[in-house]
Amino acid sequence: MSRLPQGGRIDRSRPLHFTFNGDAYGGYPGDTLASALLANDVRVVAQSVTNRRPRGIFTAGIEEPNALVQIGPEPMLRATQVELVDGLGALGLKGKGRVSAEPDTARFDKIYAHCEVLVVGGGRAGLTAALEAGRSGGRVILVDEQAELGGRLLTAGWNDWLAGAIGELSSMHEVRLLTRATAFGVYDQNLVLVAERRPDGQRLWQVRASKIVLATGAHERPLIFANNDRPGILLAGAVRTYINRYGVAPGKRAVIFTNNDSTKVLETDLRRAGISLEGVIDVREGQAVLDTVTESAGSLKSVITAPLTGNQPRRGIECDLLCVSGGFNPALHLFSQAQGKLRYDDGLACFVPDQPIRGVEVVGAADGDLGGRGQGAITPYWVIPGDGGDWSTHFVDLERDATVADVQQALGTGMRSVEHIKRFTTIGTGSDQGKTAGINESATIATQLGQPVGAVGVTTYRPPYVPVPFGLMASRNRHDLFEPIRVTPMHSWHVAHGAVFENAGQWKRPRFYPTADEDIAAAVARECRAARTNVAAVDVSTLGKIDIQGPDSLEFLNRIYTNAFDTLKEGCCRYGLMCKADGMVFDDGVVMHLGADHWFATTTTGGAAAVLDWMEEWLQTEWPDLRVHLTSVTDQWASIAVVGPRSRAVVRSLFPSLPVGPDSFPFLAIRESEIGDMRVRLHRITFSGELAYELWTPSWYGLSLWEAVMAAGEPLGITPYGLGAMEILRAEKGYIIVGQDTDGTVTPQDLGMGWMVSKRKAFIGQRSHRRVDTARTDRKHLVGLLPLDGDALLPEGTQLVLQPDGASLKSVGHVTSSYRSPTLGRTFALALLQGGRGRLGTTVHAPLDGRAIAATVTEPIFYDKENDRRDS
Amino acid sequence: MLIPCPWCGDREEVEFRYGGPVPMGYPPDPQTVDDAAWARYLYYRPNPKGALEERWVHTAGCRRWFTVTRDTVTNEITPATDGSG
Repeated sequence: MSRLPQGGRIDRSRPLHFTFNGDAYGGYPGDTLASALLANDVRVVAQSVTNRRPRGIFTAGIEEPNALVQIGPEPMLRATQVELVDGLGALGLKGKGRVSAEPDTARFDKIYAHCEVLVVGGGRAGLTAALEAGRSGGRVILVDEQAELGGRLLTAGWNDWLAGAIGELSSMHEVRLLTRATAFGVYDQNLVLVAERRPDGQRLWQVRASKIVLATGAHERPLIFANNDRPGILLAGAVRTYINRYGVAPGKRAVIFTNNDSTKVLETDLRRAGISLEGVIDVREGQAVLDTVTESAGSLKSVITAPLTGNQPRRGIECDLLCVSGGFNPALHLFSQAQGKLRYDDGLACFVPDQPIRGVEVVGAADGDLGGRGQGAITPYWVIPGDGGDWSTHFVDLERDATVADVQQALGTGMRSVEHIKRFTTIGTGSDQGKTAGINESATIATQLGQPVGAVGVTTYRPPYVPVPFGLMASRNRHDLFEPIRVTPMHSWHVAHGAVFENAGQWKRPRFYPTADEDIAAAVARECRAARTNVAAVDVSTLGKIDIQGPDSLEFLNRIYTNAFDTLKEGCCRYGLMCKADGMVFDDGVVMHLGADHWFATTTTGGAAAVLDWMEEWLQTEWPDLRVHLTSVTDQWASIAVVGPRSRAVVRSLFPSLPVGPDSFPFLAIRESEIGDMRVRLHRITFSGELAYELWTPSWYGLSLWEAVMAAGEPLGITPYGLGAMEILRAEKGYIIVGQDTDGTVTPQDLGMGWMVSKRKAFIGQRSHRRVDTARTDRKHLVGLLPLDGDALLPEGTQLVLQPDGASLKSVGHVTSSYRSPTLGRTFALALLQGGRGRLGTTVHAPLDGRAIAATVTEPIFYDKENDRRDS
Repeated sequence: MLIPCPWCGDREEVEFRYGGPVPMGYPPDPQTVDDAAWARYLYYRPNPKGALEERWVHTAGCRRWFTVTRDTVTNEITPATDGSG
């Protein structure tokens, strides 16, 4: 055992038990897994990722590159960060962990917070800043990654000052202290993400701070020499921490290898811990550790030292602990994320903040104040040469197993940028993000190239500062809470009647309603036949709906839509098409003239929000003089289309007092009626070509109206239908679906809908229809396709060619919609085809995985070309 | 990113829809504009490293369009104006 008889911030009254690689050990509350392993003389804790070299604990903190462990489903934890709890079971890793195949059972949650000052780091500088900010009365949040506040003070033994500071902060009502909370990302306008570890999971803090104080301290860095990765080689500051904070002696016979003054105080600590000091090798005195020797298990047995210059003999020193200090790197990851620039300071031999940045203050060791770490005079000597030009064990990045030889190879290929060399060597790309390696990489490059370190620079720091689980980012936004689910007022009826749903954006829409043993094809065919031959109903409540009021509404609509509405009388409706300024079809729908200065427009289900924003943009930015008000009422109305040759009978029985004959309620007319106190607006419009009525009612009556329609239609055998049938019915008539048959590159003329484009008024996109490219006659046109084999279904998206084989497989278009039509008894499709209207009657081919489907080009209408059925 | 809505104050970016860089004004009569000038209105947008005038709409709030100047390097946004102004 290497536990010291006394000292440390551990609770010796409560022994804990844990296992490591299956072996049982003991420790105390206050231990980390790393300190407990060292206390139990476990020296080899892991293997390196590529070369499988034995590795030991190297640091005492978040920067640990070696001691990676797996605990249950959690891969890649650092033993130096794992708090010891009773019953803990950990496995040492060979460089990488195993991701569990099981769903994560940890709880993740999010919380938002705002404060005047966010202090990152609970060491002396951070506590001082928090006290100062707290005394001003402002809201202060202090976060620290460790279980206990204090940072290096926990090593340095400033216990009274620490207790006093924490006591005063705890008494301030506007001060919040968060431990086990790692600030890992800084984003625009001082948004800081903090991962807080909790007993049953983690919590993501999203903190907006007027000011961020970075008291993130400094990371000690190693020196680079041959075989510098042996178990038993630790950073000098970590050795101090294990002795003072955890009451553990990480070895019995120590050698110190340093280039600065910070190790002076370590000599005292070693003596107090009963560790014999076998030698102090100081670069500043011209001495260096050249190499190390191991015992059989791979741990350190001795070091080989020699003067840096001259031919004096080498000297071996027996030791099981080598305490290395190559100076300190201010932890400026977050400063750099906040777009702060770094500058190399020759006196301190490290990168420090160059210019201050607004809203961020850097204090303490992070700001280059290395007095607390006792760095004092430093002579950087980054890379100590070994024997015979072999650099393959001079490790620069321990976690990535990357060496000086790897850097030389990168330089040999001609790379000079530290960013390129990082990616070639993988230095800094491990889960530790190269916290002990990054600056040494720059310095190694500088040494090899004979350049100043500052000229080489450092690689860009990006979030996250530490690994965080994806589950924490998602937190509760999973499964049903991933995004909003929208359902219509009739949803419960659809569910109760076995509807199979499909997602239309956020909406759940019935796709079909299978009876007991029907498959999708059979159900859709039955629903189509009902609409064509009898009566059927579909829930169309998801259509976007915009209420338009104001004296300039007509002018506004005329500018927005390609077609004109001057002749649209009150009480009537009309199909409308709109383009973006580039002349391409953007959305379509029905415009209704409801009263004086009162209009109404529907949009596609998916386009509702975009169309409203688009209309508002023109009203607010270009036409603020137009007196028009728009209101989204998509959710305020429920809508049902009652469709089919016998739909009139159903509507008549629902509204006995409403004349519904073809003359009294003609196509494109609007009527109002009611069932009891349920007010209903009816529109004679069709998306199937059949006689059809749309019934609208305020959404809270939606279910009642749907049930009333079903009850009234029951004697006739009314059939509910879904999107599957709806799409076939509309495609048989050649009615487009914006976003399926169009893709933002299609004009109304391309669709054969030039009749929708007014020549007598100005509208958005009009000018573009005269552009050279838009006016071409060989653009892709919407056409119909009838496969020669009436059973062959063209996959949607399939490219079309003129010759099925041979040299010319140049695409001349693609299939946009394709179905089996129960009405036609065959397959059919809509397609966009180059110069399509000039190819009617010719054959095109869809090459598919070794075969080709031939199809005849037709007009894009397959059923009731005379439009007789809508008034039947 | 925090975006200062002139009506609602600072709000998170997720509440807004991006409207892109402010285009040159819509020509009073586009039919009198030649193809090159019309293409410039349609397709040419500034892409500076630095100050950019751009439009946002507060879709999850007041639904007002407005114009801000955002520094594309730092994402610093200077006070907004009402889109119609």
